[in-house]
Amino acid sequence: MELPSGLKYSREHEWVRVEGNIAVIGITDFAQSELGDVVYVELPEVGTEVEANNTFGVVESVKAVSDLFAPVSGVVVEANTTLEDQPELVNSEPYEDGWMIRVEMKDDSELSDLLEADSYRAYTEEESG
Amino acid sequence: MTNPEQELRRTSLYETHKAAGAKMVPFAGYEMPVQYTGVIEEHRAVREAAGLFDVSHMGEFEARGKEAGAFVHKLVTNNVRKLEVGGVLYAAMCREEGGIVDDLTVYRLGEERYMAVVNAANIEKDWEWMASHHAEDCAFENVSDRIGLLALQGPKAESILGKLIPGGGDLAGIPYYGARYKDVAGCEVLVSRTGYTGEDGFELYCKSADSPVLWDALMSEGGSEGLKPCGLGARDTLRTEMKFALYGNDIDESTHPLEAGLGWVVRYKAGDFIGREKLLALKAEGVKRKLVGFEMVDRGIPRHGAPILIDGDVAGEVTSGTMSPSLGKAIGIGYVPASNAEEGAALEIDIRGKARRAQIVKTPFYKKS
Repeated sequence: MELPSGLKYSREHEWVRVEGNIAVIGITDFAQSELGDVVYVELPEVGTEVEANNTFGVVESVKAVSDLFAPVSGVVVEANTTLEDQPELVNSEPYEDGWMIRVEMKDDSELSDLLEADSYRAYTEEESG
Repeated sequence: MTNPEQELRRTSLYETHKAAGAKMVPFAGYEMPVQYTGVIEEHRAVREAAGLFDVSHMGEFEARGKEAGAFVHKLVTNNVRKLEVGGVLYAAMCREEGGIVDDLTVYRLGEERYMAVVNAANIEKDWEWMASHHAEDCAFENVSDRIGLLALQGPKAESILGKLIPGGGDLAGIPYYGARYKDVAGCEVLVSRTGYTGEDGFELYCKSADSPVLWDALMSEGGSEGLKPCGLGARDTLRTEMKFALYGNDIDESTHPLEAGLGWVVRYKAGDFIGREKLLALKAEGVKRKLVGFEMVDRGIPRHGAPILIDGDVAGEVTSGTMSPSLGKAIGIGYVPASNAEEGAALEIDIRGKARRAQIVKTPFYKKS
């Protein structure tokens, strides 16, 4: 499982890359592998307010529908519309071209609730038994 | 329904699946492989080369004796009386009121020997229903636990299987919906030219203990032809592309064969069967709703249970839906009023509270090019 250091990870299996006051958000390698082939991604429009721990969209594999949870609160400034036609990028490049939204953070202290790569790895190992 | 507290059962291939890296899920009381390498890759293997499925969870009942044929005929909608030895037919089994107890295949294995193959989730229910109509001069037995079942499906199925039979087995001589006993990799196998994918292929009935031998032989012979192990995920996308009904999704006790598009397996003139009178009456009245196939026009994947809207009002429900790996489109199956069931008719599907446009299309969704 690929877990780049320098990213923050949520217990709902999203990652955050902090760029100034912007949080780039996607789902982790662990999440995409558990989901299987991603065939559909539904993301919020630019300007949508998202709230930490609330859903901001949906990702669907062939078999299942899963909610996406915002790791931080803020306003969506960009959504990765490439995923409309190439949802498989979530599987092949979860941390690069498979990113989902960019959020202008309202309160960057929320970042401290997130996990570092090492503790997220331990968390996933616990979760998958 | 499956009791979650109950321990899940395993087929004889459980260890084989684990070793092949399968992701196992609970299904109809069994722990079954949902995928090995990925649903889309497995789906494509079946369309382009071949795929191997463990479907040993399916149920098999055997009826033997002078009255065996008449007994099975009475229970199902298709014409068992016309079935020759080595023949197979698909049928619905109905209650008196027309509701579908199960859909099944019936094999005539000998002059006085028949086998009914039923859905895993319905084994107990079907057994009770069938046994309650049990005739004299006929032994009726649930042999599910003794039988392993593999499905070898895809354009390369015949050439792969032929290599494991001394002399090739004259597989070309087995017609569609025909079955013959063959020696496959040293095991006695009932080779049936049937399946649930829309591809040519076989369902292979063997002794439960022989299924790992058969599986390994097929995988090692078929690897060079592109054979891949396939899970329930690909089985579902393949059958959905063909609009083959899945019991519990598209059909159940609250649906009858005529509205489900199974009128072609109801043979009224072949003699009496349970539900015949009711189905004749329903046919005379005209069906009120029909199971149709549709494609999404807007984005979104229709899923089981999503409401179907016509002119803004709920008019039916999606029974199955998926992203079709062969077509690259979201497709669905569902019941709509018969007055609005023609090809090209506009529908909307309520997906997470938003109405999204869809259109009724001709089925099967997938046609061999």
